Amino acid sequence: MYHRYDAVIVGAGGAGLMAALQASRQARTAVLSKLYPTRSHTGTAQGGIGAALGNVEEDRWEWHAFDTVKGSDYLADQDAVEAMCREAVDTVYELEHMGLPFNRTRDGRIDQRRFGGHTRPDPKDPSKRIAVQRACYAADRTGHMILQTLYQQCIKQGVTFYDEFQVVDLLLNDGVCCGVVAYEIATGELHVFHAKAVLFATGGFGRMFKITSNAHSLTGDGLAIAYRRGLPLEDMEFFQFHPTGIYRMGILITEGVRGEGGVLINGKGERFMERYSPTLKDLAPRDIISRAIYTEIREGRGANGKDFVYLDVTPATVNRYFQQDGVDRRITAHDVETKLPDIADFCRTYLGVDPAKQPMPIQPTAHYGMGGIPTNVEAQVVIDSRNTPLPGFYAAGECACVSVHGANRLGTNSLVDIVVFGRRGGKKMVEYCQQADLTPLPAETDGPARAEIERIKANRATEAAGKIRATMQELMMDRVGIFRKEADLSQAVSKIRALKAEYEKVGVRDKSARFNTDLLETLELGYLLDLAEVTAFSALNRTESRGAHLREDFPDRDDANWLKHTLAYLDGENIRLDYKPVVITKYEPQARKY
Amino acid sequence: MRATIKILRFNPEVDKTSHWAEYQVDTEPNEQLLNVLHYIKWNLDGTLTLRRSCAHGICGSDAMVVNGRNRLACKVLMKYLGSSVTVEPIRGLRVIKDLVVDMEPFMAKYKSIMPYLINDEDPGSRERPQSPEERERFDDTTKCILCAACTTACPSFWANGEYVGPAAIVQAHRFIFDSRDRGAAERLAVMNEWSGVWRCRTIFNCVEACPRDINVTKAIGEVKKAILFDEV
Ligand SMILES: Cc1cc2nc3c(=O)[nH]c(=O)nc-3n(C[C@H](O)[C@H](O)[C@H](O)COP(=O)(O)OP(=O)(O)OC[C@H]3O[C@@H](n4cnc5c(N)ncnc54)[C@H](O)[C@@H]3O)c2cc1C
Ligand code: FES
Repeated sequence: MYHRYDAVIVGAGGAGLMAALQASRQARTAVLSKLYPTRSHTGTAQGGIGAALGNVEEDRWEWHAFDTVKGSDYLADQDAVEAMCREAVDTVYELEHMGLPFNRTRDGRIDQRRFGGHTRPDPKDPSKRIAVQRACYAADRTGHMILQTLYQQCIKQGVTFYDEFQVVDLLLNDGVCCGVVAYEIATGELHVFHAKAVLFATGGFGRMFKITSNAHSLTGDGLAIAYRRGLPLEDMEFFQFHPTGIYRMGILITEGVRGEGGVLINGKGERFMERYSPTLKDLAPRDIISRAIYTEIREGRGANGKDFVYLDVTPATVNRYFQQDGVDRRITAHDVETKLPDIADFCRTYLGVDPAKQPMPIQPTAHYGMGGIPTNVEAQVVIDSRNTPLPGFYAAGECACVSVHGANRLGTNSLVDIVVFGRRGGKKMVEYCQQADLTPLPAETDGPARAEIERIKANRATEAAGKIRATMQELMMDRVGIFRKEADLSQAVSKIRALKAEYEKVGVRDKSARFNTDLLETLELGYLLDLAEVTAFSALNRTESRGAHLREDFPDRDDANWLKHTLAYLDGENIRLDYKPVVITKYEPQARKY
Repeated sequence: MRATIKILRFNPEVDKTSHWAEYQVDTEPNEQLLNVLHYIKWNLDGTLTLRRSCAHGICGSDAMVVNGRNRLACKVLMKYLGSSVTVEPIRGLRVIKDLVVDMEPFMAKYKSIMPYLINDEDPGSRERPQSPEERERFDDTTKCILCAACTTACPSFWANGEYVGPAAIVQAHRFIFDSRDRGAAERLAVMNEWSGVWRCRTIFNCVEACPRDINVTKAIGEVKKAILFDEV
């Protein structure tokens, strides 16, 4: 079936819905999502959205920008960071005006909490930086409230949705974007959406790892589809492991737990972060803490001699350390229950542990892809080292790389990213639609997608995708995880290539047209394999350590050679790499200490 | 531990009626039922069809009837289910395939209660003030994930598909009791219609079914009271 719109938005998480609210005011807009919008993974975000409101203590957006740049290990583009941190403030107010039920301070303002890597100058000694309360939150379901609120506004505004439509191809004609091809899950029909402008907001790809906080649906579709159409992917070697996932399950325990005073404890009962980050301790950025946890485990100080440590937010422990650190705050069991109700629920459900009474067993969990489809600050997709935009194509949210997170994202900055750049993207699309003509469709529209589906359906090897997926996930976890080195990475690349060859033979038992998730999961595995290959390949190539990318064989940051973004292109069967410079405005790279 | 999983299956493209299929699996006590269903799909029978995404009880995709009760497959562990487990689609909505039902009627009811903040006053350039107590007033109902476990566990809904159902009332409550909202009268009018809140017979199935521990019956009671006494 053929549809025509001005603007098509793919993805209905925070980024897609924010873009839709903007675009649909002035352009005929359709939102396509493989999930019902409220099922999007934005809904699982827990801890908060960062904005320098200064409601609880003095704060400025410039400090937020500095923290973000430093947290990124100086790989973020500073013009983009400044735009994001400045607009974060108004965007949070806009969300409140839309009805978002933030927690409140006693005087009725939006309440804020501490989060890793977010600081302000110490009033007693401005050369030092101390943790700041910057994360605006709604209990520990901030993402849920953002997603619900944005969807509510879309209902109010009458936005057109195509729910459970899975996009399988991007249409380009002579270097201009002109639409997408989507598979209607309920019927199996392919639809061509012809449009002036397309925005991808398809979220992350954490499912390439075994232990992950990411939903089963986070398979990097948007990235892989763009990549297969010849567009580059930026900085794919940087994948964030969040320090605190539930042991063996990967379910996230928000950094907000440590923001409320929780501490990490090793097998010997030590608060080990004191050794790794004397100033910020348990609120150091994620790359540093995840590495510290693994170092403890490697050196035999895991809990019970195993590969986990404890996160302890019991009032007795927290208050003891508050006292020791001279912090004049105390928490109660009631605070744990009311400020972290979902965390308490997860712990009871999955661990049989009450976090107000017992510590939680945790291990780092694959969480967030800093890399993605390269864009400029207007969310326009750019396709080379000179930042040439591809007319009509936009991307925002976790699938995009602006880059505001560089080599390591700070907590609370993804929710900022999705709403700020979703909004910018939506606005820019409207401008573009008002002046651009509809580009004719290319000769081939849904043909390639149909051929791929038929190819899979004709294959004989049923129930084979699951094994390939599991092998890939283990491989990525073991060899392309927190500690990396050449031998592991090159083995990973060749093994992934072998898995890709095996994937060519994967078939499906389900041949039906209706709700064929056997088929869709197989397509998604193909995307993940492509992205796993690019991730391992880019990691092998970057011979330095920066942010989340730690090379044991190249332990130092190397600004002389590597203060640049990686661009990876699909070139026939191979990956071709190129680079582009980092935008530096006023924050000169410095050694990164906390 | 060994378990037998009996799943009510139906693919209208090939089946005339639904039928039970049985699978034997090795599982662990702390395993999520969702993992077991994935094991079946990925190893034994790729045609098994269900919705799921987040895998920890937040996205609301995988409500199903497990051993006779509405549960999220990702939020129930095998140790609570015993060695013989039955799994069926949630009731009262048309089955599309296996455990996947048509959510459109449910979403239409949700939309009917105007689920968005109504307030045309100029909010100014900063946040609208709200005290912690005012915020607390509707906290419980903000937790709803639209999984439909409550509505499809409700005998009043089974008896009368027109009933807006507990989930929509919970959503209405979330706005009616928000001090920033000005749409209470409009929403209470919808709630007062014959398909509205009075269909609730206080059977409490919804409370038992809610995976978010929302006190649904209490919320419904508060909405009823708001209609009767015209105050929120
Ligand atoms: C457990 C958890 C907690 C987090 N907590 C925080 C936090 O406290 N603060 C913070 O800042 N960040 C947090 N993050 C990160 C942040 O939540 C995400 O990065 C962000 O929400 C991503 O939003 P998005 O809009 O880009 O994508 P998503 O919300 O993931 O949405 C993706 C959308 O794309 C659609 N889609 C995907 N593929 C296709 C396709 N092929 N066709 C059609 N549609 C498609 C999906 O249906 C979905 O609607 C957290 C992440 C996790 C996993
Ligand atoms: S998969 Fe998200 S609620 Fe179960």
